[in-house]
Amino acid sequence: MLAVTPLRQLAGFLPVIALILIVGIERDFGARVYGLLAGVLLVLLVGTLRWFTTRYRITSERVELRSGLLFRTARSVPRDRIRSVDVTAGLAHRLFGLSVLKIGTGERTDGESRELTLDAISSSEADRVRQRLLDPSYAHRRGDTVTPAAVELAALSWSWLRFAPLTVSSLVALGAVAGAFAQLLNDIGADAVDVGGVGERLTTAPLWLGITVLAVLVLVVALGGSVLIYVEAWWGFRLVREASGTLRIRRGLLTSRSVSLEERRLRGIAIVESPLLRIGRGARTVAVATGLGGRRGHGRGSLLPPAPRSEAHRVAGAVLAELPCPTATMLRRHPLVALRRRLVRAALPVLAVAAGLLFGPAPAWAAWAALGLLPVTALLAVDAYRNLGHALTGRYLVTQHGAGVRWTVALLRSGVIGWTVSQSLFQRRAGLVTLTATTAAGHGGYAVIDVMTAEGLAVAQHAVPELLEPFLQHEAAVTAHPLGSGS
Amino acid sequence: MEPGISEPLRLRPPRHRVSPRAIAWWTTQATLEVAVVLIPLGIAVSVWADARAWLVPTTVAAVAIGLAYLLVMPRWRFRVHRWETTEDAVYTSQGWINQEWRVAPMSRIQTVDTERGPLQQMFGLATVTVTTASAAGALRLTGLDRAVADELVAQLTATTQATPGDAT
Repeated sequence: MLAVTPLRQLAGFLPVIALILIVGIERDFGARVYGLLAGVLLVLLVGTLRWFTTRYRITSERVELRSGLLFRTARSVPRDRIRSVDVTAGLAHRLFGLSVLKIGTGERTDGESRELTLDAISSSEADRVRQRLLDPSYAHRRGDTVTPAAVELAALSWSWLRFAPLTVSSLVALGAVAGAFAQLLNDIGADAVDVGGVGERLTTAPLWLGITVLAVLVLVVALGGSVLIYVEAWWGFRLVREASGTLRIRRGLLTSRSVSLEERRLRGIAIVESPLLRIGRGARTVAVATGLGGRRGHGRGSLLPPAPRSEAHRVAGAVLAELPCPTATMLRRHPLVALRRRLVRAALPVLAVAAGLLFGPAPAWAAWAALGLLPVTALLAVDAYRNLGHALTGRYLVTQHGAGVRWTVALLRSGVIGWTVSQSLFQRRAGLVTLTATTAAGHGGYAVIDVMTAEGLAVAQHAVPELLEPFLQHEAAVTAHPLGSGS
Repeated sequence: MEPGISEPLRLRPPRHRVSPRAIAWWTTQATLEVAVVLIPLGIAVSVWADARAWLVPTTVAAVAIGLAYLLVMPRWRFRVHRWETTEDAVYTSQGWINQEWRVAPMSRIQTVDTERGPLQQMFGLATVTVTTASAAGALRLTGLDRAVADELVAQLTATTQATPGDAT
């Protein structure tokens, strides 16, 4: 920390330093340099003070961190509240063999996760602390130099790089480049719309040429950027099950990251397929676990980079130690009424817009153009219907849904801590319900959408016996069923 | 393991209704909501003479819809809103056009909160919120009689304290 914190702070000041040195170089150069030196010294001094005043301690019950000279802060976390121990190391840290250790409790009070951060401890110490915090038996093995065997569940294959352009990161890359470009133009005081007569040349050059050049440029930036982001994020990716019952993910080229997830916090697993990934038959595997910090913390549950769908299911099965993987089970289709609902929902807005255009001041062709959208929304509706499904396996409730982004979630039946059955007016007319299994993990609830009322309730009843049972009415018992109940 | 669908199942309504005074509470709430829309419309009609051609029909429609909402919603809600506790679980139903039934086991309850807004105090009502470890699983029992709510909170607190574990 003695080196890293001041270094990072100085790096942050670099533009200011450069500015001070460059602007008005003739006048008062000496005074500027002295002022600068004083500033650097101050930063170093503050950094040193922080180092001298920061102490951490790990007892058998708590992790404690004290820091500050004038404003003293002391934080402590009970060890049985620790949900995650993450280790990251940026470039500056790695230069000095240091790491940042983040101890998470997964509490969601005030929307801000209660984390305890040990910034810049030596990487070997970070690893020791991590193991000690996650493995209660670690203390007894201290003399033992042999670390218990870890099982590798997945490792990066470079052929997966083909999925990089199919992720959002290609858009991120485009946005970053566009943003940087706009900033640059802004800085040199040029009008982004008309740089050096480009606009003029564009209007004189054939339109198709301009469009082609732009398209190729966009494509190159998106492809290159997404590949770079993928490589930086997932370099050296390994998913390992450690003997202490912890899943550990290590990855990262410039910034190395290590995320540890206790298996007893795992409540299930999700296969997430974005529209682009689905085109390339790719998918991501995401852990559904408690203590990841809710919806916002979902990125931390990533168990696998964008990879082939079969690999995503294989890893999901390996993580859950279930074969075949519950996410790959045959799912029950939902009734056709659900398709009708989706088609109506897809058609109504388009028809409304078309009608508005027809009777409004717009030309008649605009209404027809709006109607042209109908096949597109209908296709989306059919896709959303085909994505609906659910199943019960021995230990898991599996549900699938999504328009565009398809979620397949296998939720541990013993991890279900309640049910929500909801029914809109239209669902009531169609005899459908949406059944949501609430859980302490992940999003907090996972829904079986648009299922026949009786079937949905039967799923809930079988998934967690006794919870819903007292509130159910067997219609067979009320009106004599000619065939009896033959389940 | 597939559940049989040959056994038709239904959720039965929870045992207890909420307090009948909840109808008055919901009506007051609805009146305020409707007023927020109607008062600006009324002002616009009286001030903006040019636009009366379309403003007047709009206002008439708004008044009709508002009145219907005011009369129908509270009574419909009163028919739907129900609650029940057993030894093992809390069970609620609520809503009117869209309805929702929620079940949470006693062993998973984390906090029990009571809340009384100014309007609810006027009508001697209270809302009890039962949260579990799930971010999506909170049960809200709205429009309970105050005494009933207090008793319920005491009972739930006692039951959940007796249950070990961190409820996840």
